[in-house]
Amino acid sequence: MEFTLKSLIFYGFALLTVTSGIVVVTVRNIVHAAFSLMVTLFGVAGLYVFLQADFLAATQVIVYVGGILVLILFGVMMTSDRLEMRIHIERGQLLLGGTIALALLMLLLTIIAKTPQWKNIVDEGEQLQPTTERIGNLILNGQFLLPFEVVSVLLLVALIGAALISRKEVRD
Amino acid sequence: MPDILSQGFFVQDAAPRNWAEQFVRDVLMPMLPESMAAHFSVELGMVLVMLGCAGIFVAVVPLLPLVLVLAERKVAARFQNRTGPMRVGPWGLLQTLADGVKLLFKEDYIPPQGDKLLFLLAPYVIFTCSFAVFAAIPFGQNILVSNFNIGIFYIMAISSVIVMGVIMAGWSSNSKWSLLGSLRSAAQIVSYEIPLGLSILTVVMLVESLSMEAIVANQAGGISDWLIFRTPFTFFAFFIFFISSIAEVNRTPFDLPEAESEIVAGFHTEYSGMRFALFFIAEYANMFAVSAIAVTLFLGGWEGILPDLAVFGGGFDILGGLPGFVIKTMGLVFLMMWLRWTLPRLRVDQLMNLCWKYFIPIAFFNILGTGIWGLIFPEDTPLSTGISIAIISIGLVQAYVFVGRRLGQKSQPQPSSA
Repeated sequence: MEFTLKSLIFYGFALLTVTSGIVVVTVRNIVHAAFSLMVTLFGVAGLYVFLQADFLAATQVIVYVGGILVLILFGVMMTSDRLEMRIHIERGQLLLGGTIALALLMLLLTIIAKTPQWKNIVDEGEQLQPTTERIGNLILNGQFLLPFEVVSVLLLVALIGAALISRKEVRD
Repeated sequence: MPDILSQGFFVQDAAPRNWAEQFVRDVLMPMLPESMAAHFSVELGMVLVMLGCAGIFVAVVPLLPLVLVLAERKVAARFQNRTGPMRVGPWGLLQTLADGVKLLFKEDYIPPQGDKLLFLLAPYVIFTCSFAVFAAIPFGQNILVSNFNIGIFYIMAISSVIVMGVIMAGWSSNSKWSLLGSLRSAAQIVSYEIPLGLSILTVVMLVESLSMEAIVANQAGGISDWLIFRTPFTFFAFFIFFISSIAEVNRTPFDLPEAESEIVAGFHTEYSGMRFALFFIAEYANMFAVSAIAVTLFLGGWEGILPDLAVFGGGFDILGGLPGFVIKTMGLVFLMMWLRWTLPRLRVDQLMNLCWKYFIPIAFFNILGTGIWGLIFPEDTPLSTGISIAIISIGLVQAYVFVGRRLGQKSQPQPSSA
């Protein structure tokens, strides 16, 4: 395989994603795991850029790092009283998690085996068009309008539900 | 040679400008002796040019906070009828430099009970994210690091990571003040990101592009074409954007995360020396960045006030509108300082009320209004601009009268009920 600057950066991102992913699942301190997850999500966003999915990459960062991860950390900080917050793993969880991980591994290996050929589309001179416009067209003019609306209603229901649960008179 | 440098990391708009490749081909290559030129590829040249630009960028942008810190102190002094720093250099111009040197030599204290790794990492997360934002800001014609197709969305994404650094700093310090400060900051930034994003959306709806270049190009042709005056809704969106930006960068009246009278210095209480300076620099860089974004989105970017003139006429063409851009941005920065030294700090409940009960509904209304406006006036004509400016003027007069009446009522002595 020809070595280019691009492939170097790509493998850098891949390495970053995998290493920080391993740290997420091995480290015992839950806050460390959360910050490591931030690096993983960043790495995945970088890989999206290499797939020419720039809109998806920015969405990944804004939703997962700026939103979900912040809420996770918020929850941890609000509930823990000590700096060291450790995860306890029982044997049953280990067995269940191992099984699911094995199944996922099998699935991924099957997909990898079935992929006909590995190629970098950009290196072959193809330039993909910006994705933002296509995503917008597909959602608003095309076949994904109904799922999009359903998801937005679902989010609204979740929002109202959260507001309702957090009200004092309902909690008591 | 379709490599990453020629296309940029992100997908470019229809015609990639590729100034780096042009520069290497036209300027750099002819300068080299023939024996060297044979071994010198355009790609390598572009790597060097990019690294050079990044170097200049990283060296110049931190100078901005240096200027801004001094400006803030001088402005504050004026507001309080003082002179401000006067000792170091003429009119105290070198004061910030002296402070910087002082901070360099200070002890680098790391709380022994804290989380050392995260404590050391946190300033860099904030610093990096603050400066990564500058990569997408068009400072002038052809003066921008990269013309992303998703420019403004990239800026929002990167600046939403800053809050992770704040949480990191607050948590790893293992101090009550720091934790409280970072929790306040997280709640504030996450809340105010919503009206911020929604007011950006009104601009994106009118321009039909996320690219910063396209947004500026859409406002070419003088002050009447600036997006702030294009519709009455963008006019309100600008104010929501600007006020939410002040909340995002944690400045008074929204500086609850670092409220001195309540929680010492907020999330960076435990930091000292150069690490504290990094937070400080990042704060002022953020302030400049949000002002620059506001200028790009609503106030015409580097386009001039008069039609068909770069800034003040032909003479400044060479700078590609940079002087005008800096003047406009500094105007907004001054406005932020003005607000800081005029208004008292909000309470937490007032802060949240303002965001969730006023800004977010108004921002949604703005989006709806912009959509309807776009249906009525599909093309931007002098008529639509005239109607828009008329509506804005009437609205402003109404608001002035309304506020005046309210203030008049307040100032009258209230009959005591007791």
